[in-house]
Amino acid sequence: MKYEPVIGLEVHIQLLTESKIFCSCSTKFGAEQNTHVCPVCLGLPGVLPVLNEKVVEYAAKLALATNSRINKRSIFARKNYFYPDLPKGYQISQFEEPFCEFGRVSIKVEGEESREIGLTRIHLEEDAGKSVHAESFVSKDETLVDVNRCGTPLLEIVSEPDFRTPKEAAAYLTRLRQIVRYLEICDGNMEEGSMRCDANISVRPYGQKELGVKTELKNMNSISSVEKALEFEINRQIAVLNEGGTISQQTLLWDADRNVAEPMRSKEYSDDYRYFPEPDLVPVEVNENWINRIAQSMPELPLAKKRRFVQEFDLPEYDAQVLSEDRAIAEYFETTAQKVADKKAASNMVMGEVLRVIKEQQLRVEDLKITPEHLSEIINMIAEGTISRNIAKKVFNRVAETGTAPRVVVEQEGLLQISDASALEETLDQVLQDNPNEVQAFLTGKEKVIGFLMGQVMRATSGKANPKSVNELLRKKLADLKS
Amino acid sequence: MDLVELDFFTAREKLTKREISCKELYEKYLQRIDKGAHLNAFISVFAEKGRKRADEIDRKLASGKAGKLAGMVLGVKDLIAVRNELTTCGSKILSNFVSPYDATVIRKLLAEDVIIIGKMNMDEFAMGSSNENSFFGAVKNPVDVERVPGGSSGGSAAAVAGNLCMAALGSDTGGSIRQPASFCGVVGLKPTYGRISRFGLVAYASSLDQIGPVTKSVADTALLLEVMSGGDKLDSTSSHAAVQNFTAALGQDVKGLKIGLPKEYFSEGLDKQVADAVSHSADILKSAGAEIVQVSLPHTEYAIATYYILATAEASSNLARYDGARYGYRAADVVDLDDMYVRSRTEGFGAEVQRRIMLGTYVLSAGYYDAYYRKAQKVRTLIKQDFERAFRKVDCLLTPTAPTTAFKIGEKVDDPLTMYLSDIYTVSVNLAGLPGISVPFALDSAGLPIGVQLIGKAFDEETIIRVADFLERNADTNS
Repeated sequence: MKYEPVIGLEVHIQLLTESKIFCSCSTKFGAEQNTHVCPVCLGLPGVLPVLNEKVVEYAAKLALATNSRINKRSIFARKNYFYPDLPKGYQISQFEEPFCEFGRVSIKVEGEESREIGLTRIHLEEDAGKSVHAESFVSKDETLVDVNRCGTPLLEIVSEPDFRTPKEAAAYLTRLRQIVRYLEICDGNMEEGSMRCDANISVRPYGQKELGVKTELKNMNSISSVEKALEFEINRQIAVLNEGGTISQQTLLWDADRNVAEPMRSKEYSDDYRYFPEPDLVPVEVNENWINRIAQSMPELPLAKKRRFVQEFDLPEYDAQVLSEDRAIAEYFETTAQKVADKKAASNMVMGEVLRVIKEQQLRVEDLKITPEHLSEIINMIAEGTISRNIAKKVFNRVAETGTAPRVVVEQEGLLQISDASALEETLDQVLQDNPNEVQAFLTGKEKVIGFLMGQVMRATSGKANPKSVNELLRKKLADLKS
Repeated sequence: MDLVELDFFTAREKLTKREISCKELYEKYLQRIDKGAHLNAFISVFAEKGRKRADEIDRKLASGKAGKLAGMVLGVKDLIAVRNELTTCGSKILSNFVSPYDATVIRKLLAEDVIIIGKMNMDEFAMGSSNENSFFGAVKNPVDVERVPGGSSGGSAAAVAGNLCMAALGSDTGGSIRQPASFCGVVGLKPTYGRISRFGLVAYASSLDQIGPVTKSVADTALLLEVMSGGDKLDSTSSHAAVQNFTAALGQDVKGLKIGLPKEYFSEGLDKQVADAVSHSADILKSAGAEIVQVSLPHTEYAIATYYILATAEASSNLARYDGARYGYRAADVVDLDDMYVRSRTEGFGAEVQRRIMLGTYVLSAGYYDAYYRKAQKVRTLIKQDFERAFRKVDCLLTPTAPTTAFKIGEKVDDPLTMYLSDIYTVSVNLAGLPGISVPFALDSAGLPIGVQLIGKAFDEETIIRVADFLERNADTNS
């Protein structure tokens, strides 16, 4: 019996607003415990939430980027449950009338066709605090609560059960991460918790319409964990069914150390959240004009950018893919490309040298000392013949180190390419003189040895000689010798 | 007249003329509070702090730079946050809770130089109609100490009536300002929902709660309302509607006003003497040129049920934060999380609060939400529409405030449902979000105060203040 997995994902993203969703406390990560708090997010007696409008703007951006239908009116609702890191005893979320619905996200798994994943809804809610159980400063029978995170704005993105493989899930998370980073509304960091994912999985015989019993998977802290956990659970479910068993509806926690998913310690009862409309907040109402203004302030999205790079800069799809993956890189490339004639050269240098430096030094694009202006200068100098490709690498590294302008570096370090015959004359003669065997070899027909001789010239000139000129001049001299 | 009997306008005149000082006024109130300790109207009294403040206000008055309320000695119901003071809500679970911030109304009042004399006793978390549900003990009605002052703002009404303070703040969710005002013979107003900011008002039922003044005169209420009203960016449900000059509505006649008497408010259960008092007030208004019109509010019979579904639902959620984890009462020697929750809340909350939390949880629970909560919201809309229809024919409504006068302590406390029925004439006003005022009009044969209620259109406190002020000048108690 062949089984088809059916997977749905719930992703929570933490928004990069300055302030929390319902009060003006800072959302900055990493502050000392319980310092980014106020009576409102502490849920003290008598306080009231007030909506941070920036959060609605960010939600609108994501709605537009996913082609969701924005509801002109949406309402907040209370999700009631007891937990020490939930100060009010309820989370303000959205239930019956969410911010937007029916969006789509395009994904592409390597080796497969692109496909679209449907979104059921995206809604606004507040984050809870952190419970700290096991730390050096916590005693054994104690739990401490840090309220800093309470009230951080979240968007919950619920997908349709459209995934059929773990790889699709991973591709979706990668794409979502890319979109939210492009929009600058979230940094999409699963390891740090600014993007979180829960999954619902079931399997059914191929061809069957009805869904199987689904289980819930939690505690996956990276995209690869999600993929592994899904793989594990699909296999587990199939194994159970093949043995004639049935799937019980339960919540499983992924253990990344042991690579297994285990059932949560079962509760005797399931939570009844008793959702009802939040009486302390008025409905969120947006109109066409406001949506249009947001639309106009949207950046170009990854797929559109990729297509444009292919068309406008005549780049191969592979280049456009790599360059458009990250918005900051894409903008770096484009700024560079606009200042040079050879767009492919710009692409090569960004993909090759720039990404290398970023990776090696764990830098952010904005921290690079070598700017797009610098890079375009280097490319233009190569095109002009001012420096050789070889030397260009050296210049690149020096600029990346120091931030000094390329032409200044070239001048300071005397790296101008030597193309002139008279300048090279002495060196060429010396090389020929020092390597009589190779000269002889060339003259007897072993043309390949010119490579060695060229190498010697390059060494003698510290790489500054123009390879084309050297080649031409060497051949001429050798030809003269022949005669 | 004893200094403590003065209403604000009179006191302010004397202060301005330097006939009296805030210092002596405040001292007299402190002495009176001592003498009236048996009323149990206060949970906290600000002796030293208040004296210092009185001195400060005297200096301001002398320099001519005093605020509109300089000379007002005010009690504050103990569920309104006053910075660095206890805000207990009449409950064990918050008996040690000191608020780190001021409610918006407190900020506004202090800016106009009010002197806060203490925090007033109340039914726990504003749940009650007799002030017998307080962790700090029952409050007694100064008119007859064997009787209840009404609730939940019992301490506020008793203190004003007993001259333990000049005026007080109460809160009203289903009648908690108006009913005790009626029982104690003082003025009590619940403004339109959204008129006064709820920031700093410990929530009972968020869509029904409002803060309001309890005073000796309608004039004092008008002034307090002016100072406290206005949109607040810290309260999304507050209204930015213009705040009228409510004191301009004083001293007016009632010629040409159309005043409605809702027939459903004059049926079974209404004490005859109360009914007569309201009738008489209608006659007086008529003789003064107002037109009395019969109206109908057909969904009145569903009001109590609707209120006790919606209010308790919101309360069950609003009171979830009191769990012993972060502040307030935590049971001793808890063994785990569930134990902390169960014991802190069982030991920390009184019986009536537990009753309403359970009721509210039930009506929101899976399988019952549609039948109760959703249905009640629909009925609420119908009740609102009843008023809208009536207000197309009249400018305001005249009704009894409560079906009886003050009952005896202990009389209804064991029968919650009977207790709930005391709210019959007040709850609809909260459900519809309208303003309502109770003004003392007569005394029954036992000498107990009878108040009459005026209900106005949304944001038309002007009209009900106008009529209430007229009735105050022409009250049966005057003769």
